[in-house]
Amino acid sequence: MTHQYPALTAEQKKELSDIALRIVAPGKGILAADESVGHMAKRLNQIGVENTEENRRLYRQILFSADSRVKKCIGGVIFFHETMYQKADDGTPFVQMIKDKGIVVGIKVDKGVVPLAGTDGETTTQGLDGLSERCAQYKKDGADFAKWRCVLKISDNTPSALAIMENANVLARYASICQQNGIVPIVEPEILPDGDHDLKRCQYVTEKVLAAVYKALSDHHVYLEGTLLKPNMVTPGHSCPTKYSPEEIAMATVTALRRTVPPAVPGVTFLSGGQSEEEASINLNAINTCPLVRPWALTFSYGRALQASALSAWRGQRDNATAATEEFVKRAEVNGLAALGKYEGSGDDSGAAGQSLYVANHAY
Amino acid sequence: MSPPVAALTPEQKQELAAIAQRIVAPGKGILAADESTGSIAKRLSSVGAENTEENRRWYRQLLFTADSRVDACIGGVILFHETLYQKADDGRPFPQVIRAKGALVGIKVDKGVVPLAGTNGETTTQGLDGLMERCAQYKKDGADFAKWRCVLKISEHTPTRLAVMENANVLARYASICQQNGIVPIVEPEILPDGDHDLKHCQYVTEKVLAAVYKALSDHHVYLEGTLLKPNMVTPGHACTKKYSPEEIAMATVTALRRTVPPAVPGITFLSGGQSEEEASVNLNAINRCPLPRPWALTFSYGRALQASALRAWAGKKDNTKAAQEEYVKRALVGLPWGHQRHGDIWGAGGRGHGVRDNTK
Repeated sequence: MTHQYPALTAEQKKELSDIALRIVAPGKGILAADESVGHMAKRLNQIGVENTEENRRLYRQILFSADSRVKKCIGGVIFFHETMYQKADDGTPFVQMIKDKGIVVGIKVDKGVVPLAGTDGETTTQGLDGLSERCAQYKKDGADFAKWRCVLKISDNTPSALAIMENANVLARYASICQQNGIVPIVEPEILPDGDHDLKRCQYVTEKVLAAVYKALSDHHVYLEGTLLKPNMVTPGHSCPTKYSPEEIAMATVTALRRTVPPAVPGVTFLSGGQSEEEASINLNAINTCPLVRPWALTFSYGRALQASALSAWRGQRDNATAATEEFVKRAEVNGLAALGKYEGSGDDSGAAGQSLYVANHAY
Repeated sequence: MSPPVAALTPEQKQELAAIAQRIVAPGKGILAADESTGSIAKRLSSVGAENTEENRRWYRQLLFTADSRVDACIGGVILFHETLYQKADDGRPFPQVIRAKGALVGIKVDKGVVPLAGTNGETTTQGLDGLMERCAQYKKDGADFAKWRCVLKISEHTPTRLAVMENANVLARYASICQQNGIVPIVEPEILPDGDHDLKHCQYVTEKVLAAVYKALSDHHVYLEGTLLKPNMVTPGHACTKKYSPEEIAMATVTALRRTVPPAVPGITFLSGGQSEEEASVNLNAINRCPLPRPWALTFSYGRALQASALRAWAGKKDNTKAAQEEYVKRALVGLPWGHQRHGDIWGAGGRGHGVRDNTK
């Protein structure tokens, strides 16, 4: 083994670790508002709104104008590139609006999935070219963390060893480059909920994938205290006939994490996948009341599960903006409570909050 | 990826997890009394005692029949094969004597190190042949856990990737086989303290080695809740000129473990390596006072560091038995003055690190 050439100085490590801890401070989670242009098209279509730059700006403005109630439940916001450089009606840059609320700004840096030849529809994620320079620029422009999404799926012969190894490796390269630029990498190895597999199978696959991710991070000399993990919760496949309680989902999820995620990782920020707003909150709450020892923060990094009601309330009408913002604030507060294990459920599965947000084979 | 074929049933998992937790119950650690015939020869000759089977029996009896003060501090005793089948003066087999005092019996199952060709003196460890049958027999004969020691060393070009990979792999094979037989495997990837490297370098190497070990355990479908880890503390090399405090050693050690050992592992039982009895206790104490959250038990699996004074006091003379036992009891009691509660317990309900025992899914 050659002598260690430290990847980071002590000061760099401290900066990264402080950023990570701020994002996942108790009761706080992340608003994932980083939908790409193509992805926003689908969302806006659903409410009959045209996918223009102005509409995208207006929509994000609704989220970012939330009042100070969000300070205690939102630790970070993930932006898409276009949004980083947009402004509110009064000319205030979005980045500044977020930072003024004491919230950390993040940026999605991957460039989408690409096929892995010779596999059954499996993918890796591209975006490493020039990533160091892009990170340096984003850091100057106000971002302190980044996100990169890899995708795996469960079927009879997937995920394959190649898919696991390649995605773990590319996540580790991305993480290493981010840290060189003072940016905390959120590592997202999403295992899609598509399929009819049961809870146990998802748990098994999640454990194998996460073991590979952490081995790759070690191999690439990534400083774990300056990273966050954004995994799927362990759930049955969408077409699985067996139903499971939130406690079963919580137990399977926490067990999988306990077997793979070293305590040095400050926080795990779950993706919501196809879960409805209410489901995602109930499950997060169950995770935070699970009796097993959990040495990392367990919180949210939700996109759809924070925005669905706000989006439906807005429907593209300026007059609905305040009501839409209010819907977002409500979900943010609920998830802040769930991150502390203090959410008791609305008992209300109707309306937008209870609607499944499952989109088959979800890819950006 | 093919659907999983469960390596263990829920009952098997429950049994393994329960054994592991009993060994590292609060306040308890392990007496490593598994010196092979060759190793014990050195110890005995250093106090002028002859290396006979009776001397070996008498010496171990002295340790295993120490009075009840040690019962609260010893969760497990590791034996060498010969010792498992020896008896106390009253005719009771040693496993029975040990279990009567509330401790579990462990057995060293590896067959020593062998060279890795093409490396600079690096080794792997043999002992997998027939291990399945041996474990089944040991389980019948009273053992509930096992130990297998791999050895790595730090020098300019070592440990090499081969040594790290091969030792991690053989540890995972051993662990898998043990669990099939209801035996909790203690996984020991010892990085020797030989050399003049500093604390940072030992930490770096320890992190790489442990990352490889846990990847191998995952690859081999080992049930982590039913294992224990026996690592070196992170220390400078013996010939390193810089001195470090126990707090620095503790911080480096706990940091390395936090970066590599999943919380599902119930306990970490440190080897004492070349440390003196006092050093080993002081360092373990500092580790348990380290302010970083530690979700596993952190305790001892000491050989020399529990026995050195007792051995000297005995010096091969039966008349010295009581005095020798007193020395051993003293060291055992010093072991964990602060207890080794999971540091997570202080976070309280709903906070990080709060929680109790594992499930067996």
